[in-house]
Amino acid sequence: MFGPLISKPSTSKANKTGSWRVEHKPKFLKKDCIACKMCVLICPEACITGEAKNTYDYDSNFCKGCGNCAAVCPKKDIVMVKED
Amino acid sequence: MKEIRIHARAGQGAITTASILGFAYFLEGKFPYAFPNFGAARMGAPMNAFVRVDDKPVRLRSQIYEPDYLLISDATLLRGFNCFKGFKDNGVAIINARHDFGIPEHKSGQKIYLVAANDIAMETIGRPLGNTALLGAYVAATDEIKLDSLIQAIKHRFSGKAVEQNISATQKGYEYIKQCRLSKQSEEKCLAR
Amino acid sequence: MRELLEGSLAVAEAVRLCKPGVISAYPITPQTHIVEELAAIIANGKLRAEFVNVESEHSAASVVLGASAAGTRSFTATSSQGLLLMAEVVFNIAGMRFPVVMTCANRAISAPLNIWNDHQDAITVRDSGWVQLHAENVQEAIDLHIQAYRIAEDPKIMLPVMVNMDGFILTHGLEVVELPEQDQVDKFLPAYKALYRLDVSNPLTFGPLVDPDYYLEARFAVHQTHKDVLKLIPVVKEEFQKIFGRPSGGLVEGYRLDDAEKVIVAMGSVCGTIKDVIDALREKGKKVGLLKIVTYRPLPIDEICQALKNVPRVAVLEKAVSLGSYSPLLSEIRAVFSGKKKSPVISGFVIGLGGRDITIDSIKEVYKRLSAKTISEEYIDLKAELLEESI
Repeated sequence: MFGPLISKPSTSKANKTGSWRVEHKPKFLKKDCIACKMCVLICPEACITGEAKNTYDYDSNFCKGCGNCAAVCPKKDIVMVKED
Repeated sequence: MKEIRIHARAGQGAITTASILGFAYFLEGKFPYAFPNFGAARMGAPMNAFVRVDDKPVRLRSQIYEPDYLLISDATLLRGFNCFKGFKDNGVAIINARHDFGIPEHKSGQKIYLVAANDIAMETIGRPLGNTALLGAYVAATDEIKLDSLIQAIKHRFSGKAVEQNISATQKGYEYIKQCRLSKQSEEKCLAR
Repeated sequence: MRELLEGSLAVAEAVRLCKPGVISAYPITPQTHIVEELAAIIANGKLRAEFVNVESEHSAASVVLGASAAGTRSFTATSSQGLLLMAEVVFNIAGMRFPVVMTCANRAISAPLNIWNDHQDAITVRDSGWVQLHAENVQEAIDLHIQAYRIAEDPKIMLPVMVNMDGFILTHGLEVVELPEQDQVDKFLPAYKALYRLDVSNPLTFGPLVDPDYYLEARFAVHQTHKDVLKLIPVVKEEFQKIFGRPSGGLVEGYRLDDAEKVIVAMGSVCGTIKDVIDALREKGKKVGLLKIVTYRPLPIDEICQALKNVPRVAVLEKAVSLGSYSPLLSEIRAVFSGKKKSPVISGFVIGLGGRDITIDSIKEVYKRLSAKTISEEYIDLKAELLEESI
């Protein structure tokens, strides 16, 4: 029996950091992606996943809306859009 | 005993709001217990602060689960959170919002006032810190304390030109709700539906 | 003077009124506000003292040990991991008989990392020789700090005192308090005159190496002195009341114990919540009460025995554990009655670890479980589903 001691990225049940987003969220355009994984590596919540070109996306439960992925994307294939 | 729950994001001054409100009650001879609930308290993370107030010293140390009054400093919190959880049937909420967006379902006895506190703050303080305008609105909406007590509490808390700026914000928040409450018709306009 | 103050700031004011000559501390949540305020007080010239900035809690404790050895009234404050890092110095301060006063803003211990309140930090150094006092509210925290120096510096005692106040609940809560006046404090607490101190013209060694022929006696002496502390604390309480006009401190505090059939034993801020629940249950005719432990070290064995011996059922409620055994206070309260002819049935409940909120319902649940036929040793508000988590 270990209880709630060890956690993996994007599995936290208690601390859904998606609630920290205020104005903006990322939008993955999925047009010019070259699968460089820069967005995956820079995401502070490790909540971006994908397999191949134009498949990457984020988990809104954990995305804090920091915009790092959009800033780092060399193909400008991620943009920040207004929350609904 | 009255219980007030403040919903805000870390960095928006919820603890300051709670302590100013507590001090206003204190000036009226009441016994407030104002306390924060820290979560992962980084800037932007949703957090709560509480004020529990009574005619005798407050002994109860738990968080507030069934608030009489709600102060919501940031309406975007309503998107992901049920800020109305446990809200009393005849409770009064004051929300810092320009217009009625995403206000959750509420009971007929509950009054939910919307006040554009950040707009007032931009006008009076020059920064979007709507707390003191929201507190002014609280006084007008609840009739719990006198506006003067709140103004004295603000004088106690701030210094320099922030005193006048925040008093002005408080008065504008107060006047806004006061005007709303002049008639049933005008009240409808600033209540969430 | 009546004021609305944050617990930490109120304690900083209380310490200022005690006029320590040296303060040293290292910041740690939820204690930081206390020494931050004291640093400001000194910088603003409201207290003539040396504030020593250090690189760790181990150093902070060492500085106040040294300052006290030099004959100066000294103060430090810490929490949780900070207290653990201090641990070896904490034992040394008591062993060398230095009357240091420390605030412990009680917080849980890692891992998992947790900044919120429980009593595991103080309990972990309970055997260090320090006197440990627990405050229920901010007013009591103020009063206990002033009393702490009186107890510590009594020539018959010469032991350090740790004042415990619940992290966040008291340190970050604003409450209405009576702030004592300087002349009241001066009357109650005379300037500190060290019995022994480091002095080049009169060289002394504190805490030397003692071989097996001497160590036992040095430890026994501290143990015996703790018995004198038990005699002194009620006297200090009485004198405090005379000067400040309110009862505060003491060994234990009974709340509605007359004819009580179920009594909770607890320490710290949770006692306030328990008192509210007791009043509500008493209105329904339930015979319930509370025994608040104010002085945890030395443990007031006789007072506990006297207060509980005619009570049928007792619940020991505590915010600490002794992993792998009965929780600490439970073991001790049971030991009080070991071999006694009259003894309550004593159950133990662990509650509020790591800041888990203790609600009115949590306390009601304790009284309810106390009605069961069997003795309970349970964790209150445990979420069984979380135990099934796997990686």
